[in-house]
Amino acid sequence: MHFVVCLKQVPDTSEVRIDPKTNTLMREGVPSIINPYDAHALEEALALRDKAGGKVTVLSMGPPQAVDSLRKAVSLGADEAILLSDRAFAGSDTLATSYILAQALEKIRQEQGIDLVLCGKQAIDGDTAQVGPGIARRLDIPQLTYVIKVDWIKEGEIQVHRKLEDGREVARAKLPALLTVEKELNEIRYATFPNMLRAAKYEPLVWGADKFHLSPAEMGLKGSPTSVSRIFAPPGRTGGEQIMAIDDPGSAAISLVGKLFQQNIIMVHPIARGGRD
Amino acid sequence: MRAVEEFDVIVVGAGPAGLAAAMTAVRNGMKTIVIERGEFPGAKNVMGGVLYTQPTSRLIPEFYQEAPLERPVVEQRYAFLEGDNAFTAGYRAPAWADPPYNAHTVLRAKFDRWLAKKAEAEGVLIITETVVEDLLYKGDAVVGVRTGRAEGDVRGKVVILAEGVNALIAKKAGLHTQLGPEHVAVAVKEIISLPREKIEDRFCLEEGQGATLELLGGATAGMIGTAFIYTNQDSLSVGIGCLLSEMVKRQANPNDLLERLKAHPFVRKLIQGGETKEYMGHLIPEGGYKAIPKMYRQGVMVVGDAGMLVNGIHREGSNLAMVSGMAAGEVAAGAINSHDLSEQSMKLYQDRLKETFVLKDLYKYRNSAHLFEENPQFFTTYPEILSGAAREFFTVDSMPKADKQKKIWKMVTGKRAKGDLIRDMWKLWRTMG
Repeated sequence: MHFVVCLKQVPDTSEVRIDPKTNTLMREGVPSIINPYDAHALEEALALRDKAGGKVTVLSMGPPQAVDSLRKAVSLGADEAILLSDRAFAGSDTLATSYILAQALEKIRQEQGIDLVLCGKQAIDGDTAQVGPGIARRLDIPQLTYVIKVDWIKEGEIQVHRKLEDGREVARAKLPALLTVEKELNEIRYATFPNMLRAAKYEPLVWGADKFHLSPAEMGLKGSPTSVSRIFAPPGRTGGEQIMAIDDPGSAAISLVGKLFQQNIIMVHPIARGGRD
Repeated sequence: MRAVEEFDVIVVGAGPAGLAAAMTAVRNGMKTIVIERGEFPGAKNVMGGVLYTQPTSRLIPEFYQEAPLERPVVEQRYAFLEGDNAFTAGYRAPAWADPPYNAHTVLRAKFDRWLAKKAEAEGVLIITETVVEDLLYKGDAVVGVRTGRAEGDVRGKVVILAEGVNALIAKKAGLHTQLGPEHVAVAVKEIISLPREKIEDRFCLEEGQGATLELLGGATAGMIGTAFIYTNQDSLSVGIGCLLSEMVKRQANPNDLLERLKAHPFVRKLIQGGETKEYMGHLIPEGGYKAIPKMYRQGVMVVGDAGMLVNGIHREGSNLAMVSGMAAGEVAAGAINSHDLSEQSMKLYQDRLKETFVLKDLYKYRNSAHLFEENPQFFTTYPEILSGAAREFFTVDSMPKADKQKKIWKMVTGKRAKGDLIRDMWKLWRTMG
């Protein structure tokens, strides 16, 4: 099977400081790391490959320095690494980025086939969670987002657990498919020494804009309609009330249900009301 | 299963000693790997911050054209503190601001990283984030190292241990014995950021130039050691280091010593308004010549801090490290080319070092550690005498100068008897002269 992992090199936000005057990230001198969610996507691909056989290719778009993250991926066990790097890609928003990545994946699919694409659920420097789904839509393959467990993968099909706001969902999809993953999916391995050696010498393939089919209007600044007008942390939730239920759960439940009725959160159906009358 | 790769030279540790060894080995045609435990070369490396030009040029001619250096040092100053007072002496040479320079201040995280990139460009393979746990033996012969990673055995003909002051592998190999508290100094330092112009104003420097200030006596609360302030581009390295045995004896805490130093009137104004950006601590091997471990065995050489190659009197270390690394790299290449990895063959390394300033200087000061340990007055009484004498000398109080000189001499002999003074000077001259 062929697993392709999309990974982004991001500033290590645990070491980023905020400029107190401008409230922007001070990126200067901050070390770069593989986006942590992507690292878990890579780990899952490696584990699936180790079980099912095949190969893992890592794909990244970024400046030439992003080879550092690709080498790191090779040290963890990736078989091949491709960097999409071109001045024409600069300034791409999530729409353009997913376009460029999808076009590169299309080339890989035509040349060697792809069974599964894995992405992190989002990047820690943007938090949009748009590129993974964007790629799936463009490749017209099923997407399984917020994956916390892969049950199995076999020829043509995969079953996973997805984390939803109110629980879990067990879902199946036909292959090829795209996963975006959560951190609790797995534990990242420690690189073996032979893989460290291989990575130190490894030269990732670098594809410029001329290496695969791209329409200039859809990439870079031109292909990026997004403009950021303001960045802010959403206000925390306010209000609310806690009903302590440790001592007497019964009366706590009665009190809760009473309040739900009072505030019309639960409404009594007119017919039911009529019936009671 | 991949074929097991074999190296000619394995270097443990990517500091100046290890990188110098590896670069020299590669230049002599050896297939060389450096294994470093830090996230990148320099991540865990600490020194006060003075890099000497000439010895570094021996490794990379005109390195100063491109290396990330802070400031060329044009002034070296000493201050003997006593109470709130200070007796200072120094030397300034504006010509040191230009090539060929004498020394630069550096930040090791930047410099070592740059040096490692140079080494990689020359063909040295550097593996980071990997701990070497032991040597690998076949019978009695060393055949490589064992790392902490899976499938982590690395085969090599010669192993050069540049692992720093703790020398854990050298200890396991029986070359190094346990370090005693009298053999190491504990040093702590802060990087305090300040605008360039402030630094230049406070140290009376032309734009871009640098100065060093060594503080003795009261600066270390009379313990054997020194404090220092070095000027970086937009920060100061402010630190203090004292022998561990002294710290233990006095129950002193290095952080308290540093805070005490920073609050001293002589220091306070120099760092005023600065913001502490980094804090670091390290051990410095200051045992001197007599504490140098066995530096070689069959297939193994020990270089830099791991070999106790630090000249505490002149605060030199990285230059000794690089020169020892280069010597070891050459000897390794020679041994491999002549297919003789015996102990006798490695001994050539020590013989070479004996011909350089590295072992000559350490030999010259071989008794200094003992001298200062047995004679704490050099760090306590004498700074007081110096300060007291200067105070009398500069105080204008209508006392005739002849009387003043008598008063000074009386003060001096009051603090230290004449016979002791003569004995002290003789001891000092015999050890240092």
